[in-house]
Amino acid sequence: MARGGLHVLEVSNLHSAYGRIGVLKGVSLEVRTGEVVALIGSNGAGKTTLLRALSGVQPISSGEIRFLGARIDRLPPHRRVERGMTQAPEGRQVFGPLSVEDNLRLGAYMRRDGEIEQDRERVFAMFPVLREKRHLVAGGLSGGQQQMLALGRALMGKPKLLLLDEPSLGLSPILVDQILAAIVALKASGITVLLVEQNATAALGIADRGYVLETGRIALTGAAAALLSDPKVKAAYLGAD
Amino acid sequence: MAEFFQFLMSGLTVGAVYALVALGFTLIYNASDVVNFAQGEFVMLGGMVTVFVAAAGVPLPLAALIAVTVAVAVGLLLYWLAIEPARGAPAVTLIIITIGASILLRGAAQMLFDKQFHKLPSFSGDAPINLFGAAVQPQSFWVLGGAAVIVLLLYVFLERTVLGKAVLATAANRLAARLVGINTTTVMALAFGGSAAIGAVAGILITPITLTSYDVGTLLALKGFAAAMLGGMGNPLGAVAGGLLLGLLEAFGAGYLSSTYKDAFAFIVILVVLFAMPQGLFGRRVVERV
Repeated sequence: MARGGLHVLEVSNLHSAYGRIGVLKGVSLEVRTGEVVALIGSNGAGKTTLLRALSGVQPISSGEIRFLGARIDRLPPHRRVERGMTQAPEGRQVFGPLSVEDNLRLGAYMRRDGEIEQDRERVFAMFPVLREKRHLVAGGLSGGQQQMLALGRALMGKPKLLLLDEPSLGLSPILVDQILAAIVALKASGITVLLVEQNATAALGIADRGYVLETGRIALTGAAAALLSDPKVKAAYLGAD
Repeated sequence: MAEFFQFLMSGLTVGAVYALVALGFTLIYNASDVVNFAQGEFVMLGGMVTVFVAAAGVPLPLAALIAVTVAVAVGLLLYWLAIEPARGAPAVTLIIITIGASILLRGAAQMLFDKQFHKLPSFSGDAPINLFGAAVQPQSFWVLGGAAVIVLLLYVFLERTVLGKAVLATAANRLAARLVGINTTTVMALAFGGSAAIGAVAGILITPITLTSYDVGTLLALKGFAAAMLGGMGNPLGAVAGGLLLGLLEAFGAGYLSSTYKDAFAFIVILVVLFAMPQGLFGRRVVERV
């Protein structure tokens, strides 16, 4: 297996549990430079747990995580952010009492360079509504706007790998399209993305490759187009027979 | 009228101390969800260490600085030795740990120092200042001024610095805070150290007026906790308002009604307020997210 330049993320045989209940039972996957990789699966399959384990906020019991060729599975969360892996978590996890601007500034918490201001402008250019509401508290934004803010905040960390957990959850179709377009634009700008979605059609529609997670194990993997036309995937996740 | 101002000033003075203790509660509660019942012991340490270091011949300002340093060290040790190893435990467990720490600190102070009451000299003499007919001790202005400076510093820290915003972010959403790279362990240690410093300063400022001994922390922690609850747990401004209000309630209650029931009077009012407004006067409604 090629290392270094080719792989941003390599996960091998990852196990994680809540108490005695195993949630991840030997997950292996890889994300290559410049890819958008979709991770689909039903509720409770372990998608969110996997992303949290990657970010270091969910303990793992065994397995390996390599990021840019180096082991990171023993590093605390902030060291992983520092190396260039950021996450927009599921469910509008913004800092409610803080302003939109402060939320974005905190996304760059680990950065010491002088380009934080410019990057904030870039986020505002991507989601103009956030610029309009920059001085308002994040808790007062609509669901879609909070989702944009969570995404923008993750981008403020200058990620090499961006982990997105259900960015389209609970959004109107127009907003879903806007978020998906943003992800495509991110890919074009060179950011590698691991996208977790229940909305499999949407995710596979913009992804290069995909993984199907079922009860803590990778059940299926392949090119996004191939998965989209796979009868098993269609039956289980695309709502068609 | 002179009487009114007399009660007002003594109420504000003791209220400022309650406010600082409540602020200490709030800071730790926000960062870690722990209600730290050893908060009063920081106040005790501030007063007692200053008294004993000053008695050893060290100039008062330096003795005060040493006392604050000792309190901060104790606060950090409390976090690293007792709270951090129990991380993930239910909040009740953590609260019981702080009660244990409080008993331990009181016992240690009793052995290390003594069981007597001690006084510090007033910072700028004892000649009362006449204010609208009320005779006000100069030390009262030190207490009020000191409390105001601390509140202002804390405000600037929380609102104007990235580290301060990281503290607020940790309070608002710990998961998201960890995901942006905020080391929440450091933030919690900071909260314990900061609370200890605030408590110690309160103890140093008030000792010339109320005296201090190894066990002053118990009642102060209770009053400070009540003040924090009154203002709305977790709200720094509420803590300050709750503290001042509690001090005023006590002073006016003792002055106009009965000094015997001074403590009871304040607690009754708090019970009534919390019965009517369980979130406290300035508390935000807790909204469960689905």
